[in-house]
Amino acid sequence: MSPKLSGRRKFLRDSAALVGLAAGAGVAPPADAQMSSSESPPKDCKDTEDLIAYGERSHYVKSVRIPVKERMSPDEFGMTFHVTSPLQDSVGIITASSLHYVATHRGSYIPDINPQEHRLMIHGMVDRPLIFTVDELKRLPYVTRVHFLECSGNRAKPTHKTVQETHGMTSCCEWTGVPLSLLLKEAGVQSGASFVVAEGAETVKGATSLPLAKCMDDCLVCYGQNGEPVRPQHGFPLRLIVPGYEGIHNVKYLRRIKVVEKHYMTYNDYGHLAADARVAALNRQVGPKSVITFPSGEQKLPGPGFYEITGLAWSGSGAVRSVDVSLDGGQTWTPAELRSPAYPMAHTRFGFHWKWDGKECVIMSRCTDELGTVQPTRAEIAKYWNVPNDKDLQIKGLDNSVFPWRVASDGSVYNGLA
Amino acid sequence: MGSRKLLLLVMILGLWQTGRAQSPTYGVGRTPTDEEIRKLDISIGPDGKELPPGSGTAAQGAGLFVRKACFGCHGETGSGGPAPTLIRSDGKTKSPYPCLVPCVNDSNPMAFHSPYATTIWDYINRAMPLTKEGTLKPSEVYALTAYILFKNGIIKEDEVMDAQSLPKVKMPNRDHFALAPEWKHGTPRLQGYP
Repeated sequence: MSPKLSGRRKFLRDSAALVGLAAGAGVAPPADAQMSSSESPPKDCKDTEDLIAYGERSHYVKSVRIPVKERMSPDEFGMTFHVTSPLQDSVGIITASSLHYVATHRGSYIPDINPQEHRLMIHGMVDRPLIFTVDELKRLPYVTRVHFLECSGNRAKPTHKTVQETHGMTSCCEWTGVPLSLLLKEAGVQSGASFVVAEGAETVKGATSLPLAKCMDDCLVCYGQNGEPVRPQHGFPLRLIVPGYEGIHNVKYLRRIKVVEKHYMTYNDYGHLAADARVAALNRQVGPKSVITFPSGEQKLPGPGFYEITGLAWSGSGAVRSVDVSLDGGQTWTPAELRSPAYPMAHTRFGFHWKWDGKECVIMSRCTDELGTVQPTRAEIAKYWNVPNDKDLQIKGLDNSVFPWRVASDGSVYNGLA
Repeated sequence: MGSRKLLLLVMILGLWQTGRAQSPTYGVGRTPTDEEIRKLDISIGPDGKELPPGSGTAAQGAGLFVRKACFGCHGETGSGGPAPTLIRSDGKTKSPYPCLVPCVNDSNPMAFHSPYATTIWDYINRAMPLTKEGTLKPSEVYALTAYILFKNGIIKEDEVMDAQSLPKVKMPNRDHFALAPEWKHGTPRLQGYP
């Protein structure tokens, strides 16, 4: 039998089962399908003009972002600091804009910018300084891409309970905008230039130094996020997306691009400064990374049986090539399946069939990116820096270490670093 | 007919002329005026070439620290407030917030971690004081920068900070930092890292 025929037979079999179910519901409910039996139909939600204009999720869905414990948002000044995304509830690869993590460098207000008054200026070492309105930028050729963002603060600690705490400072959206390279070519970059300073319009005018090579490669000046304008918490009306780089480089409220001859040591730059060039490199670009989102901390498996382990993988160096899962604390690894497109510098969803026998175990995932770089374990990182692999291990640069969940025999899931 | 063709030619030439003021390929956007660039360009690089005229001393800065209510967020002694520590503390006063990595607070405030004094000037100028950002005059920014540098033991009390002297201040972290290597598409973030 050819695989094609086998697939068709399977389809026919599954279809027959569905027809049987439908017929059963109409005639006599099968004993194991009582949920579809005699209960009254669901109550209706009365629509309102507001909800017809702009819909909202079911009130049964309670998934929310949570500020990091170390410093509340809003803080005593009304500023937002770091807010985590509920990865334990995530499905697919796109983070709803309302649930996308939010981070500001040292706390910042969310500005209320009128897009009609907002401008983007490109100047410095260019032949033709240019200034654009948002509407003018929208007239230019654009691209739509899926990219993750991740904060450098996204590092799991033994005290964290949930995947929202350990890994919730990353999210992934569909971004639409004009390639920065197009704007820089229009302005005409002069020889001798090697960096740009990108600056936002919020109160602190957050700025970052970016290598010109990266700007000419794949950075985007975005006005679109998940099918609508970029949200205020994420940079309305314009956000610079720097794929694969640490979150802070993705300047919100982008108002100015200055082409310069060297690194400009802005406030944001100095705040992440390292003494070692290796740490500086590890700080800049996100390494291959993954985490299991189900089952994860504070979830509970009702008993032994079949479960689909699922999680997210991503890399700042390109697309995810493969993901492996270990059920024995990293002694053996088995390939997982990729369940979504694997876009460059984007979250990629993986799945893994698992029949849990009810015994305590430690589950973990590791990702390999298109360059063949494998997500390292904490032991490998400790060996590289020649330091002890214990609970005090401080991972230098952005933390992309393999992360364990411990599944207890009663089905409870705990942080494996605890 | 002939005059209409001439008119068309004049219009095209006219468009070509104004085209210089727009992006060359798409003809979108315009050239900012020198005044617009001057107003928006608040970036101060490490060599300080964008620093404006003006000057200030630590003594003047001490007065401004009070008059501009900097102490309200940064603490009377420049430490222990909710906002980042400005003057290295004696260890008794501590920021209520945990430090990020690297920690640039308490024992390692900006004057000690930033390799250039220009970064301090730039940040005060663009982002302080809270809710009144951008209202300080250049001489006030020079004075506040001088105050921070003096109180951290980096310059003398009577040193005048201006566009010439500020970039020359030798900061404690001037020779103890590294930038990431040149970035290239399709390369791992660090060769040899597991």
